[in-house]
Amino acid sequence: MVPTAHYLVLSAILFGIGVIGVLTRRNVITMLMCIELMLNAVNLAFMAFSRHLDQIDGQIFVFFVMTVAAAEAAVGLALIVVLSRRKQTLDVDEVNEMKW
Amino acid sequence: MTYSVMIVLFPLLGSFVIGVFGRKFPKRLIAGIACLTVGLSFAASCLVLRQLLLLPPTERELTYRLFNWIESGPVTIDAAFLVDPLSAVMVLVVTGVGFLIHVYSVAYMAEEPGYYRFFSYLNLFIFMMTVLVLADNYLLMFVGWEGVGLCSYLLIGFYIDRKSAGDAAKKAFIVNRIGDAGFILGTFLIFRTFGTFNYQQVFERVSELFPSPEVGFGIVSAICLLLFVGATGKSAQIPLYVWLPDAMEGPTPVSALIHAATMVTAGVYMVARSAALFSRAPETLLIVAVIGIATAVLAACIAVVQTDIKRVLAYSTVSQLGYMFLAAGVGAFGSGIFHVVTHAFFKALLFLGSGSIILALHHEQDLFRMGGLKKYLPITFWTMWVATLAISGVPPLAGFFSKDAILWNAFSLGHVVLWIIGVAVAGLTAFYMFRLMFLAFYGEEAAPGSEHNEQGNHRPHEPSLLITGPLMILAVFSALAGFLGLPGYLGTNLLETFLEPSFRYRYFGEHAAAHAYSLEIVLTVIAILAAAAGIAVAYYAYIRDRGLPGRLAQRFQGLYLAARQKFYVDEIYDAILVRPIQRISDVFLWRVIDEGLIDGIVNGTGELMQYWGSALRRIQSGYTRGYATWILIGALLLFIYYYLVTV
Repeated sequence: MVPTAHYLVLSAILFGIGVIGVLTRRNVITMLMCIELMLNAVNLAFMAFSRHLDQIDGQIFVFFVMTVAAAEAAVGLALIVVLSRRKQTLDVDEVNEMKW
Repeated sequence: MTYSVMIVLFPLLGSFVIGVFGRKFPKRLIAGIACLTVGLSFAASCLVLRQLLLLPPTERELTYRLFNWIESGPVTIDAAFLVDPLSAVMVLVVTGVGFLIHVYSVAYMAEEPGYYRFFSYLNLFIFMMTVLVLADNYLLMFVGWEGVGLCSYLLIGFYIDRKSAGDAAKKAFIVNRIGDAGFILGTFLIFRTFGTFNYQQVFERVSELFPSPEVGFGIVSAICLLLFVGATGKSAQIPLYVWLPDAMEGPTPVSALIHAATMVTAGVYMVARSAALFSRAPETLLIVAVIGIATAVLAACIAVVQTDIKRVLAYSTVSQLGYMFLAAGVGAFGSGIFHVVTHAFFKALLFLGSGSIILALHHEQDLFRMGGLKKYLPITFWTMWVATLAISGVPPLAGFFSKDAILWNAFSLGHVVLWIIGVAVAGLTAFYMFRLMFLAFYGEEAAPGSEHNEQGNHRPHEPSLLITGPLMILAVFSALAGFLGLPGYLGTNLLETFLEPSFRYRYFGEHAAAHAYSLEIVLTVIAILAAAAGIAVAYYAYIRDRGLPGRLAQRFQGLYLAARQKFYVDEIYDAILVRPIQRISDVFLWRVIDEGLIDGIVNGTGELMQYWGSALRRIQSGYTRGYATWILIGALLLFIYYYLVTV
């Protein structure tokens, strides 16, 4: 059986990739995907703990996270559609009018 | 008992109705409401007096608790009215004279704009004055005290288009505030010392704590001195009398009601009410007596040379109030109140009479531009004569008895010097009052009269019955009120016997050695002779030899000019108080404190915020990834924090 620690390391790596992606990429869709990656990294950690502790709570939590992720993707993609229509771009750095 | 509430509430109702809805009312309705409410108040006062008289003398004290006013911890202050002989007498005078002056004002003010405003204020004044008089504790008295001050201010400044009226109103208000500061400090000290504001309880406690008068200057003397500071403001005594002559800027009925008959006697009433305290503070009592007589002398001297008819009467009022404080100061509180009553009648009459002259001469107030009015204004002439004889102390009119009671008390209680000065002032009083009468009514017709004669039909003529009626009624009282207080050798002093229960908590010293009536009669004769001398001089100077006053003025030019300029008191106050305060306000308080410190703090706070804001707003870059970095940093910091806490 794979030890729990391995799952957690994998989860951390996935989360790190997500973070770096969000921080470094300028394409909105890529950033959204990186956020999904971070959410799923967390899901993985939940599952690992659920198995490790032999409790169902973590699995239930995963369902919630997935629901939220789906909702977030729906809203986020809708925003992206509007953004691309208005600005003809997907580069977040070009959407920087909301500042001092 | 509810009569006492009616006394107070009717004028309030009248004031409210006239003040709020009066603008659209016809003048008749306004006049009707104003007179009716005060008349009802007067009727209630009479019923209260009847109630009191039906009780045996020792039980003549009715309290009506209206509502619980202030409740705070152990402190309970009720809004309650106390009817005892003292407040009954005062409230009768206030509502009675007040009613007559309301009736008079209906005709006097008929041509003035702001009719409803005038009557609303006047009714409000009656309300406040009755609250002052009927209050059963010092705090409620203070409400009335401030209220009458407010009404005084409003009515002095009634002619809002005249700058002098506004200035006089402000002067009265500010000078009164100085006195009121003393009064409120005195009441605080009363509360601190006795733990209550209620008259009854204060007097009971002071008689327990101080079975004999205080030696030296202690707490009771301090309380009394502070209260007396309040009295000097309201009752126009040295050093705060300066507002009263200027208050003559108000309409004449106001001068009669507020600045002669009622409000200015509030200080005397307050001192008499606090007899239990004052009689235990010999040091302060002496101050009261000396201030009283000094004021009487000073004001009488100024009155002698004034040329404005109302100012003569104003200084005369100040002088007579001095007599009342002399009475209180020697411990004869009852005589003081007696003089309050008689003075209310004859001084109100004098003011109303002068108002009648002023009206007839189309607002001419200069005595030297009057003259020869007796054939045009016969009723005014005769009633003014009654009042003049009364104030001059000619027996058997009212002023004779009350002034004589004061002088006799001063003498018999051992203040011979005060008695001598008092007699001299009586002579001066007779002189300036007869001077006024001779100048106004005798001699040839002066400028205004003849001018009108040339124009034809504008001769001065007697005004309507609404004006002469109150004059005649007041003349009857000025003539007869003295019989309420006959001296010992003629009968019993009904008024002082009636008032006695109100002063029962006062300290009764060893009674002055019983003097024989013969001594009292001799002293009375001396006082009458002083008055007669004053009358004779006035007759000689203003009827027989009209050049004499001018020659005398030339001879004693310095004194004459000084008196004419009111002994430069206003100028002195201006130089040592008003201007320094203005300069401090201008140079220091305004430029340094207000512009420098306060504005500096306020603007500095704003500038600091702007500075920080301009630095911090750079964080909000608009770049999404920048925000994401901040979130990451925050999350990491939280992570580190919890890591450190748990390990």
